[in-house]
Amino acid sequence: MDTTLLRIENLSKTFATVKANDNISLEVNKGEVVALLGENGAGKSTLVKSVFGLVKPDSGTITIKGEVIEAGDTAAAIRHGIGMVHQHFQLVPVMSVAENIILGDEPHKGAFISYAEARESVKELSDKFGLDIDPDAIVEDLPVGLQQRVEILKALRKNVDLLILDEPTAVLTPQEIEELLQVIRNLSSQGVGIIFITHKLREVLAVADRIVVLRNGKSVGTATPKESTESSLAQLMIGREVIFRLDKKEAKPGAVVLEIDDLYVKDDRKLMSVNGLSLSLHAGEILGVAGVEGNGQRELVEALTGMRPTVKGSFSILGEVAIGKNPHAIHTMGVSHVPEDREKDGLIATLSIDENLVLNQYKNPPFAKGWIRNIAAVNSYAAKMIEKFDVRTPSGKYPINSLSGGNKQKVVIAREMSQDSKIIIASQPTRGIDIGSIEFIHNQLLASRDSGVAVLLVSAELDEILSISDRIAVMYGGKIVAILDPHDVDRTQIGRLMAGATQ
Amino acid sequence: MKLKVTRDVLVPIASVLVALAIGAILIASQGHSPMTAYHVLIVKGFQSTAGLQSTLSKAGILIMSGLAITIGLRAGLFNIGAQGQVLSGALAFTYVGYRLHGLPIWIHLPVALVVGAAFGALVGGFAGFLKATRGVHEVISTIMLNSIMAGVVDYLTQNQFRLQGQPNTRTPEILHSARLPHIFGYPSGFLIAVLLAFFVSWVLKKTTTGFEFESVGRNRNAAWYAGISVKKTIVLGMLVSGAIAGFTGAIFSSETTGYFVPAFYSGIGFDGITVALLGRANPKALIPGAIFIGGMRSAQSAIQFEAGVAPDIINLLLALVLFFATAPFLAKLLKSNAKSITTTSGWGS
Ligand SMILES: Nc1ncnc2c1ncn2[C@@H]1O[C@H](COP(=O)(O)OP(=O)(O)OP(=O)(O)O)[C@@H](O)[C@H]1O
Ligand SMILES: [Mg+2]
Repeated sequence: MDTTLLRIENLSKTFATVKANDNISLEVNKGEVVALLGENGAGKSTLVKSVFGLVKPDSGTITIKGEVIEAGDTAAAIRHGIGMVHQHFQLVPVMSVAENIILGDEPHKGAFISYAEARESVKELSDKFGLDIDPDAIVEDLPVGLQQRVEILKALRKNVDLLILDEPTAVLTPQEIEELLQVIRNLSSQGVGIIFITHKLREVLAVADRIVVLRNGKSVGTATPKESTESSLAQLMIGREVIFRLDKKEAKPGAVVLEIDDLYVKDDRKLMSVNGLSLSLHAGEILGVAGVEGNGQRELVEALTGMRPTVKGSFSILGEVAIGKNPHAIHTMGVSHVPEDREKDGLIATLSIDENLVLNQYKNPPFAKGWIRNIAAVNSYAAKMIEKFDVRTPSGKYPINSLSGGNKQKVVIAREMSQDSKIIIASQPTRGIDIGSIEFIHNQLLASRDSGVAVLLVSAELDEILSISDRIAVMYGGKIVAILDPHDVDRTQIGRLMAGATQ
Repeated sequence: MKLKVTRDVLVPIASVLVALAIGAILIASQGHSPMTAYHVLIVKGFQSTAGLQSTLSKAGILIMSGLAITIGLRAGLFNIGAQGQVLSGALAFTYVGYRLHGLPIWIHLPVALVVGAAFGALVGGFAGFLKATRGVHEVISTIMLNSIMAGVVDYLTQNQFRLQGQPNTRTPEILHSARLPHIFGYPSGFLIAVLLAFFVSWVLKKTTTGFEFESVGRNRNAAWYAGISVKKTIVLGMLVSGAIAGFTGAIFSSETTGYFVPAFYSGIGFDGITVALLGRANPKALIPGAIFIGGMRSAQSAIQFEAGVAPDIINLLLALVLFFATAPFLAKLLKSNAKSITTTSGWGS
C-alpha cells in the first residue's frame, strides 16, 4: 500500500525578484511529522501556503493521496483534507468552544441548531485525539494555548489527513508547548500527517519523524532527529557553525533609571492585572522578567511605554515622573519599546520597510525638517539598518507585508535598538526569529547594556532570560514575587515561582 | 509596484467601458440609437469649445470635491457629508461676495474664498470633533449634518440672505470683485483644482502631516505607538476635508452660479465620492475620472435634445461606473481596516 500522503514536486514561487521557493520537492507520509526548518525568509511559510492554496505557485505540482490539487484554491485544499492552523485565530471570541467548532457546518434538528449534538461531537473529537477542552467555555476567556486547541479541533472536525502548523509554538508557554507536542504525537499515531514549522530546535528534535531544511528557497537537506543535534541542524540551516555562546562580560550597573512604585494597571477586560508592582531598573543591566504569560507582563510593558493608562501608583524615568504620559512623550524621554504584538502595534503593514524603520522618528531630523520630510534621508538610513540587521529583502521600498515573519520582527528590533535611548523595554524580542539572528540580537542587547543602557527584557523563553539577564524578576499575579541572580538559580526553582509557589 | 499601477489604471477604464456597453443596451431598448447618443456625448462634452469649457468647469468642481473625500479616506475617514460642507462654504462665500463693497478683486476674492473654506471646515471639523471625543462615527454624523446644513441654508436663503422683490428665492448677486476671472475663455477653477490636486498629493507624500494621515488611516494602534495623536489627526482630517469641500462650494458660486440657490449645488458632494473612489483615493489619479464625469454632466441635456434619450441615462451610467470600479476597492478598504483593528496575523508569515 502506498503510504505517501502529500507529494510536492518541483514547486517554485517567485515574488518580484525573490525566489521564495526554488524547485522544492517534498513528501509527507501518513502519520508522519515533518518539521520544516530554515532561516527567516528561507521560504517555509510560502511552501505551506502553497499547499493550503493561499499562495499560487508559479510551477510544480501538489498531489494528495494521489490526486493533484488545483493551485491557489483553499477551498480545494480543504476538500482534499488539508487543514492549516493560523497563528491568527479565526475564532468568535464571545461564543463557546462548541459553537466555534461547529460554525459553518452546524448539526441541526429541523430548523434549529442541536447544541446537545454539537457538544457531543466536540467531546468525541477531543477524546479521540486527546485534546482536553471544556466545550462550554467561552473562547475569549481561554488562554492562547487552549484557543489554539479549538482551532486544531475545528480543523480535525473537517476530517483532515494533513495538518499544517506554521510556528504554532511562538506564542505558547512552555507548559502549553509540551501539551501541543503531545497532541501532535497523538494525531500522528492516528494517521494524520503533519507539517510543523518552528525555530526551536528542541521541539524539532522532540517531535519530528523527519526534518527538512530550507535555505534561500531551496531544499538543502533532510535529517532525522536520531542522527541530529541542535548544532548539526543549525549548521545545515545557516551554512555556518552557530556557537550558542554569548560574549557576556560582567555587568557594571549604574544609577536607577526606571523606578516603579506600587503600580496598578487594568487589562482589556477591565480586570486588575498589574497588582501593586514595584521594581527598579539600573543603567547598564539587563533585567529579565520571567513569568507565565497572562500574569500582567503585557499590561506592565504597555503602561511603562504610555500605551495603556494606569490605575494607581507611579513610575519615573530618569528621575522624572512619567505617569500619564503618552507614547511619544515617553519615547522622547529616551525609552525604546519593542512591542509584543508587532503586527498590531509595531508596524504599519502597507507602508514600506523604509517608512517602518523610522516609524516613531518620522518628525526628527534628519528625517524631517520642520513640516517637510526628507525621504532621501529616510531611505539611506533604512538601507543601513537593512544591511546591519540582515533584513532579507531586495529593497526597502517594498511594503512590510512582503517580508517573512522573522524579518518583520527584525525591522522592529532594528528600529528600536538603533536609537540613542537610555532604556530599552523589549517584549518577546526574538519571537519568530531564527537562531542565527537570535544570537545577533542577544549580542546587540549585551553591547547596549555595556554602553550603559538599561534593558527590561520580558520573555516567555526561560532560556533567553537565563542566558542574557543580569538579574531575573519573577512575575506572578501582577507582582514581582522574587528577584534572582541568574548564576545561582535553577530552572525548577524559577518554574515553581512562576507557578505561584512562595519562596 | 508596476503591477499595481496598471491595475489602478485598468480597473477604472474597464468599468467605464462595461458601463457604456450596458448603457448602450438600455438606450437601444428604449428605441434610440446608442451610437447617436454617445456621439452627442463626445461632441457636446469634449469637442465643441463651449462644451469643453463647460466640461472643464464642471471637472474642476469634481476634482475638488473628490479631493475633499480623498484626503479623508487617506486618514481612514469616510466623509459622506461633503454635500453639507459644500453648501455651508457656498453660502458663506456668497454672503461675503455680495456684502463687502468697494474692495479690489485681489482682496475681495481671496477673503471670500477663505471664508467659504472656513465654513466648510467648521462643519467637517465638528464631525471630527464628535468622533475624536465621543466616538460618533463620521458616516452617521456627517449624514445628519447634511440634513442640518440643508435646512440652515434653506432658512437663510428664504429669510436673512434673500434678495427682496424677486419672485424666486435667491440671494443677491455676487459682486464682480468676488468672481473668478476666466483665462483665455477657459475656467480658472479647473486650473486651481489641478494645482490643488498636486498640492494634496505633495502634502501626503512629503510632509509630516501627510505621514500622520497615512499612518492613522492604515493602523491606528501603530500610529499611536509611533507617537502620533490619533484624535488630533482625526479632527484635522475632517477639518481639512471640510475645508476643501467648502472651498469647492465657494469656487462653484464664484465661477458658475453668481448667486446662491440651494438647488444649484445638489449632487456636488456625492459626485465627489464617485470621483474619489474612481481615483482610488489617489489625489492625482482622480483627475481623468473627474474630466470624464464632467463631460457626461455637461452633455446631459444635449443628449436629451439631440438623441432623444432621457437625461437620467447619464445618472445611470455614472452609477454603473461607480459600481464596477469601486466594489472591489471598497471591499479591500473595509477589509484592511477591519484587519488592522482587531487581529494579528501569524508569527510565521
Ligand atoms: N507577498 C510577498 N511579496 C513579496 N515577497 C514575499 C511575499 N511573501 C514572501 N515573500 C518573500 O519570500 C521569501 C520567503 O518568505 P517566507 O515567508 O516563506 O519565509 P519563512 O521561511 O516563512 O520565514 P520566517 O521564518 O521569517 O517566517 C522572503 O524573502 C519574503 O520576503
Ligand atoms: Mg514564516
